[in-house]
Amino acid sequence: MTHQSAGAAPARRRLTDVLFPKLSGTVLAAIFIATLLFGFLILPVAKVIYVAFVDPQTGGLTLQNFGDFFSSALFRESFFNSFYVSAMSVVLASVFALPLAYITSRFEFSGSMLIQSLGFIPLIMPPFVGAIAMQLLFGRNGTFNLLLANMGINIPFMEGLNGVILVQSVHYFPFILINLSASLRNIDRSMEESAQNLGAHGLRLFRRVVFPLAAPGYLAGASLVFIKVFDDLGTPLLLNVNNMLAPQAYLRISSIGISDPMGYVISFILVAFSVFSLWASFLLMRGKDYATTQKGGGGLSRRKLSTKENIAAYSIVVLILLLVLSPHIALALLAFGTIWSYSPLPDGYTLENFSTMFSQSGVYIKNTLVYAGLAALIDVILATAIAYIVLRTKIIGRQWLDYMATAALAVPGVVLGIGYLRTFNDLEVPLVGKPLASWWVIIMVALTIRRLPYALRACTAALQQVSISLEEAAESLGATRSSTIRRIVVPLMSGGILAGFVTSFATAAVELSATIMLVSTDQDAPLAYGIYLFMQSPSGRGAGAALGIFAVIIVAAGTLLAQYIIDRDRKKRTGER
Amino acid sequence: MNLLRNALLASVAFAATAGTTSAIAAEKLVVVTSFPKTLTTPFEQKFEEMYPDVDVEVVNKSTSSSVKYIQETASSNTSDIFWASAPDAFEVLKSDNLLQQSGVSNENIPPDVAGYPMNDPDGFYNGFAAAGYGIMYNERYLDAKGLEPAMQWVDLAAPEYHGHVGMSAPSRSGTTHLTVEAVLQGDGWEDGWAKWKFIAGNFATVTERSFGVPDGVNSGQFGLGIVIDFFGLASKASGFPVDFVYPETTAIVPANVGVIANAPNPDTAKDFIAFLLSVEGQELLYRPEIRRLPVNIDAYANAPENFPNPFNGTIKASVNFDVEKSGARYNVVNSLFDVMITYRMDDLREAVRAVQLAEEKLGDGSNAEAQALIDEARALIAEMPIDEATSMDPDFNAIFKTKRKKAEDVVEGRQAEVEQDWDAQIVANYAKAKELANKAASML
Repeated sequence: MTHQSAGAAPARRRLTDVLFPKLSGTVLAAIFIATLLFGFLILPVAKVIYVAFVDPQTGGLTLQNFGDFFSSALFRESFFNSFYVSAMSVVLASVFALPLAYITSRFEFSGSMLIQSLGFIPLIMPPFVGAIAMQLLFGRNGTFNLLLANMGINIPFMEGLNGVILVQSVHYFPFILINLSASLRNIDRSMEESAQNLGAHGLRLFRRVVFPLAAPGYLAGASLVFIKVFDDLGTPLLLNVNNMLAPQAYLRISSIGISDPMGYVISFILVAFSVFSLWASFLLMRGKDYATTQKGGGGLSRRKLSTKENIAAYSIVVLILLLVLSPHIALALLAFGTIWSYSPLPDGYTLENFSTMFSQSGVYIKNTLVYAGLAALIDVILATAIAYIVLRTKIIGRQWLDYMATAALAVPGVVLGIGYLRTFNDLEVPLVGKPLASWWVIIMVALTIRRLPYALRACTAALQQVSISLEEAAESLGATRSSTIRRIVVPLMSGGILAGFVTSFATAAVELSATIMLVSTDQDAPLAYGIYLFMQSPSGRGAGAALGIFAVIIVAAGTLLAQYIIDRDRKKRTGER
Repeated sequence: MNLLRNALLASVAFAATAGTTSAIAAEKLVVVTSFPKTLTTPFEQKFEEMYPDVDVEVVNKSTSSSVKYIQETASSNTSDIFWASAPDAFEVLKSDNLLQQSGVSNENIPPDVAGYPMNDPDGFYNGFAAAGYGIMYNERYLDAKGLEPAMQWVDLAAPEYHGHVGMSAPSRSGTTHLTVEAVLQGDGWEDGWAKWKFIAGNFATVTERSFGVPDGVNSGQFGLGIVIDFFGLASKASGFPVDFVYPETTAIVPANVGVIANAPNPDTAKDFIAFLLSVEGQELLYRPEIRRLPVNIDAYANAPENFPNPFNGTIKASVNFDVEKSGARYNVVNSLFDVMITYRMDDLREAVRAVQLAEEKLGDGSNAEAQALIDEARALIAEMPIDEATSMDPDFNAIFKTKRKKAEDVVEGRQAEVEQDWDAQIVANYAKAKELANKAASML
């Protein structure tokens, strides 16, 4: 710009305004996040998925492949099955989650701590071993059916789509539990009291006041369950159910030597359908205001339970917890058992599996903590920023940040893994001296992108419950926007942020499908990969289960620690106030 | 928050340094493999013992992930060796020019094992161990159900095994593909497929991974599985109540090793292959947790007692395996199996069960009319959407190929279109067969 004369100052200002417009912090953040999502999600996935639009006969662009999809009976059936399984999983997951959330938030219930600490564990379902454990317990010749066989009964818990629905709802119900509980805790007690003053009681109060106020949390959880089940391929594959969309995509993408474009067509349809479901859940929420102004009132008022009610509450809670923790109970039996074959319980018990596991897996455990911890931390930061931008600013196209981030749910891990190899293999990282695709950071990035939707749903729900008038009050008292965000918004969202951290961390710790593509040396491998190694040989089954149990324990410990730290922070803050 | 932040920072720093420490040894040999650690570790240790200045790094991935990984990282390749079972994975890499000729050979290794060529004729990969297919069964399961172990392939189609058999799909496992193809070549296209369909009618499940079969038998989800020998025998060695038999005729296939194109350390890679083929390397295969058949004849001098030897006829292959034929229709066979069996498991199972029940009712065949209906039902189940000539037609096979060789190559038809036609015919046939068999049963 040096060649311009001083006389052209106004023109120059206009030019600099165009080149470097004065952007507010939120706009810069939005641009930064959009770039990040574009570089690490859209571009790599597009590089793989464009095959869906290529005519296999001529190599030209076409929509013919989509025509083939809809004219194939198998694919139509798969689509229907995926839809059916997702919907039923939401129903069953709600059946598990609603009583737990209701009991903990409505009553003075001494078992609440139990629910809070155990409720998220089903999310940590280590690959391979989780499904094997379920088969050993509920399969056609699992514990239950072997015991029932004496009476001539065989219940097909695990046959076909039933099995997928059962495992998925057990696995993902914490999404509903965690988000719904966070919502319920945020409800202003005065709302409930006003309703009671106006004569609403019992179920009516719950139906007309409490549930609508908690709806953002429930919908956040339910839509996550729905989309996740719709897109998940691990569970159907391990149960050998092929007639669903995600496994169909996977089978067609990963068969050696075959690159059927249909695999990519299905991937594209999965992504599109997930964005559509999300949009539908937005429509449901539109025009409703769920925010309440007072915070820290401790949620709904809690009623004391009579002894009889207490017993009833405990039986319900214990029953549900036993059911949703059954994979982990079976996993523990597998880890401590010797041989477990066609019998209700293992033949004997041993610690040998753990010594085998510890002697080989130290580095995996460390890597997992680093990758999952960093990924979850970045996730909640990004998620809070996206939620704020979408709900609180008027930036054009802001919804697309949400759609883009959520689309990651629907991208099969294999596709993301291949996309990263394809995009970043020629990109040398300065100072490290290897391609970005084989640097350990890429595994962490893959986990971040894949788990971002979880954190995002939790943070969005949390922010929806924060009344904008609180921020306006702060700003009218002279607080800058950034200090409002730091001092008002984020603290009020902390429950949701924690929920997001927990879900992202716990699920990232056991992710395998993208990481197995990206692991380039044993040194960089996470724990799920270690389980995969064990599960390749018959003698490794017990050791793999032991590593799975260990994963559950360290992830649970990490989560409780995070919960403790954030709780302490919150108490300190409210104490100061 | 500080504690959490510090912990994370510390672990990041730790991880960053951990990544760099492994590069100390003079020379690094990167081996991409689908073999389990139980197999790779003894070879890794022995080789490092013999070549102290070499650090062997094993990168373990499933076969299909390995192939994709090598393809996608080819532009800045860091891997030296690809080491896996399935010959088709090597074929894919070879046709993409991602392997290089090693020039390594060993004169004590015969040119073929039971009719299957040991090495790539162009020298891009070598067979280093052999394995045979057979039937693995869970003793507790069979006792509980009052069943005898099946000894031959054809036994698996018997009605008493209905719902008790497991197998992996050939599109998921290269070795399973060879078993399917071996039967097709031995019995012929029509009869071979009929045999598979009536065996498959007894399947409890078609597993997604080849290891899913031994896993299912070990845990007792199903009683019998069609597996490769080392899975069955290693399961037995780890204490599961299972056993393994070779049917009288089986498919024997070599597991392979090859040097990746542009390998950073091609000479060390060749040393590694030479070591695998030497008697010292081959004898490691006798370990119970590995349990594969050596290909170096000299290695059999120290074989454990009763160890099968494909070179002296202890185990036999069913047919003189025609590799060209198998390769020419590779994807068509996989796709047919999936369309007719894997994706239509329930329909097939019901149709076959209806036929089995009708035949049981019919007994000695005194009702000619019912017999005719049953025969018709069997023919409908067995009916193939394409004949053998079509399966070998290069133009037809091109529909299923990954890439067109040249931009001007034009292919008639699309895979999804072809598969939809097959699917429609198959579903209608199975439904009709079930109806006919039920009708026959109702007449008896």
